[in-house]
Amino acid sequence: MTTAAEQREGTVGLGLADVPTTDDPQKAKDFTSDQEVRWCPGCGDYAVLAAVRGFLPDLGLRRENIVFVSGIGCSSRFPYYLDTYGMHSIHGRAPAIATGLATSRPDLSVWVVTGDGDALSIGGNHLIHALRRNVNLTILLFNNRIYGLTKGQYSPTSEVGKVTKSTPMGSVDHPFNPVSVALGAEATFVARALDSDRRSLTEVLRAAAEHRGTSLVEIFQDCPIFNDGTFDVLRKGDDAESRLIPVTHGEPIRFGPADEDGAGSYAVVRDGFGLAVAKTDDVAERDIVVHDATDHALAFVLSRLSDQDLNHTVTGVFRSVSRPTYDDAVRAQVDQARNDKPGDLQALLRGKDTWTV
Amino acid sequence: MTSETTTSQRADSGEEIRQLQRVVIRFAGDSGDGMQLTGDRFTSEAAAFGNDLATLPNFPAEIRAPQGTLPGVSSFQLHFADFDILTPGDRPDVLVAMNPAALKANITDLPAGGILIVNTDEFTKRNLGKVGYDDNPLDGDDVASFQVHEVAMAQLTRGALEETGLSKKEAERAKNMFALGLLSWMYHRPTDGTERALNEKFAKRPELAEANILAFRAGWNYGETTEAFAVSYEVAPAKLEQGTYRQITGNAALAYGIVAAGQRSGLPVFLGSYPITPASDVLHELSQHKGFDVTSFQAEDEIAGVGAALGASFGGALGVTTTSGPGLGLKAETIGLGVALELPLLVVDVQRGGPSTGLPTKTEQTDLLQAMFGRNGESPVPVIAPQSPGDAFGTALDAARIALTYRTPVLLLSDGSIANGSEPWLVPDVTDLPDLSVEFTREPNAPDGSGDFWPYLRDAETLARPWAVPGTAGLEHRIGGLEKADGTGNISYDPDNHDKMVRLRQGKIDGIPVPDVVVDDPSGHADVLVIGWGSTYGPIGAACRRVRNAGRDVAAVHLRHLNPLPANLGDVLGRYRAVVCPEMNLGQLAMLLRARYLVDMMSYTKVAGLPFKAEELADVLTNVLADMPADTVKSNTGNGVQA
Ligand code: SF4
Repeated sequence: MTTAAEQREGTVGLGLADVPTTDDPQKAKDFTSDQEVRWCPGCGDYAVLAAVRGFLPDLGLRRENIVFVSGIGCSSRFPYYLDTYGMHSIHGRAPAIATGLATSRPDLSVWVVTGDGDALSIGGNHLIHALRRNVNLTILLFNNRIYGLTKGQYSPTSEVGKVTKSTPMGSVDHPFNPVSVALGAEATFVARALDSDRRSLTEVLRAAAEHRGTSLVEIFQDCPIFNDGTFDVLRKGDDAESRLIPVTHGEPIRFGPADEDGAGSYAVVRDGFGLAVAKTDDVAERDIVVHDATDHALAFVLSRLSDQDLNHTVTGVFRSVSRPTYDDAVRAQVDQARNDKPGDLQALLRGKDTWTV
Repeated sequence: MTSETTTSQRADSGEEIRQLQRVVIRFAGDSGDGMQLTGDRFTSEAAAFGNDLATLPNFPAEIRAPQGTLPGVSSFQLHFADFDILTPGDRPDVLVAMNPAALKANITDLPAGGILIVNTDEFTKRNLGKVGYDDNPLDGDDVASFQVHEVAMAQLTRGALEETGLSKKEAERAKNMFALGLLSWMYHRPTDGTERALNEKFAKRPELAEANILAFRAGWNYGETTEAFAVSYEVAPAKLEQGTYRQITGNAALAYGIVAAGQRSGLPVFLGSYPITPASDVLHELSQHKGFDVTSFQAEDEIAGVGAALGASFGGALGVTTTSGPGLGLKAETIGLGVALELPLLVVDVQRGGPSTGLPTKTEQTDLLQAMFGRNGESPVPVIAPQSPGDAFGTALDAARIALTYRTPVLLLSDGSIANGSEPWLVPDVTDLPDLSVEFTREPNAPDGSGDFWPYLRDAETLARPWAVPGTAGLEHRIGGLEKADGTGNISYDPDNHDKMVRLRQGKIDGIPVPDVVVDDPSGHADVLVIGWGSTYGPIGAACRRVRNAGRDVAAVHLRHLNPLPANLGDVLGRYRAVVCPEMNLGQLAMLLRARYLVDMMSYTKVAGLPFKAEELADVLTNVLADMPADTVKSNTGNGVQA
């Protein structure tokens, strides 16, 4: 028996270990298909597409061993625009389809592209079970807090009171916090990034791709047509800086305008079973929480800092731990069975009790 | 019913032995009494002896219904004979009733003169009361017309197990093996197999193996030493086609067919499935065969099961999903995606009683129209159905062949009676199985010489599109549920292209060659044709034998392929003055055939959750024949065998 710690060591960064690589230099252009991109002007999806096209060459994988599987929604057109293998499937089912593909093909880097409606409403069941199983997949969850493709109904991440075509007096149901959902579903890798922050987005994507197991990256994405400016408070204005809380494993969580020491003038401190935000000046250094991406409870309370009103929004990698993956374990059983007891079809068909006429 | 030919004397006791051609035994008891195991063992004994046989397990949906009540009754009917039989039998010749509930639930099926063996220990006032008997029915007229054997099975079992040190309760649990032993004596069954099987089953608890074997022997000895059983019976081995046989259930045969399809295609099998009665045994069976490169994925729901299978097919595996009617409804959208993606996918529906949850453990043929049309848009899929438990093997292979060759989801419709029923099965030689190997596309194929890959450029003969799997350099492509341009596969909203693609997908399925139907008409003079599909094969065939034995002509065809239909079917239907179509639904095949061929037919339907009885269908056919003008009636002489 290996200890949990050994197992953790053993698979960190091995998400792509079985995927063939190439020494040929690759460029973003190599990953660009000949299909015209058809999102609305100003849609946040463009920025994510550019980031993905720009970062895939860094992985150095053979293009033919990358597969993007999507569901239904604006963001789910994503696979058409990448010159890899791809499947634009049906609403909510991409994690299930990708599970079959990833389990039967360890040599593929399998990506799921989904949205807040696709992943958290119609496909909620598949999402939580993929996370719990820890299938070797990277899930990009584009959260624009609205249904775009069906022209503007509220989604399971819309804030309460959202006025849309289907909720003229305001929506009344409480939204999901996707990071909390993922952590509750035993996800081994959970991160969040902003579509417009190319550098952080790329960092998170790389970590997610290299994670062995299911990685979930929630990407805050603008829908200028049906939910214009939802995330603007995180992008512009005087206090944008003091709302965003980027976290890095092993570092004290400080954010906001820089203090004299170069780090943020705000800090995250413990507050009962939860966390609170304080002015760095007002707290002792030892009271500032140091981010530990292997601490499940810390990841969860960090996720609870982010209200729908976006007063405080944590970005970066909440959780990154290693746990045996479903697909590795399943393949190991098949390999063991083929090794120990290779199938003999004639013997199987005969069975134990036969008689001859 | 039971035809007796000769009698002789028993070597061990000198008692009388009667030779029979066929016997139907029904074991009935409480769900906890082990009737399915008892029936299974007797079946194996009959198989080992070389009889032809057919079985009908019948059990409640509840895992443990309240003890001693009518809803808790579980039974197992077995028909064995010295000739080829087609059904598990309409009515038992012998009823073994382990308690009052089992007696009450089954006694009306026992014909006058039938043998009734009861376990009297359970006939207490309290147990009688549970099923509404004021007086013990064994004392009254209720059973006067039967040959009744009252046996205190629990007491006798306890007595036989006295030395073992087992508690009274534990000892009594072996009483089903006592019953098995008694019946094995009555019908001269070989016993080694049962003793071996019990030793294997209880390998980890040798004391239970010993107890069950002691009870089994006690039952045998009871038959031999008690004068109550003066007569025993022999049923000679059947003269079946030469070869090696085994006994097989429909679900096992289906699972083996899927394993064989993987082996013969050289592809890994990926099963995505969600537990559902009566299909779960296929999942269980396939989960045991990882050594054949079979991966089984127990999904979070029906939709994920088929989704994962389709995902695996995209990656170059043989994707399979198994379910029953309610699950097929849930899978519909993904099957539609499979139609649009044009990828191989085998979808197995083991039909059960509906609508909704319906009768999970009972049998029906009510999903034919769901299989044909239960998806949005024009989304044709081939539909194929086995006719018996053993036939499920070949049907699964055939379904996989069609899926792989034509890159399409294929619907295989089994049902509860095939799934749980069993029969002797001529073990195929694997070298005779069809070669299902497929070629993945490895080179660009664009006809314009651009060096591009066109995922929807079709094979001229099959209309199948190329199957290029991820990992193949230069063939990177995207497919999805949106309409695609013919050839290139790019998204297309062009009206003419959509019309063309709808017709191409339909044409591909319509053009799949399937064998012509072969009419079974021994005299060649029949005016009436009976047509069926799926598990009605047995009762229809048995009914035809009865009608023919009575000197009338009737022709029969049975469909394995429901979509597309055999090319000669329209001609065949038009040749008869009357067509009868018995179905365990409200006339679904009849509706399809009338619409397709503009031929009317008599749709005879029953949706009781149980297979047709041969007698019932024979009556239907006889009545149809009686309505025929006299000049069409021809005579023939029967061979005296009824089944
Ligand atoms: S509707 Fe919104 S999410 Fe959809 S493409 Fe347009 S901007 Fe983007």
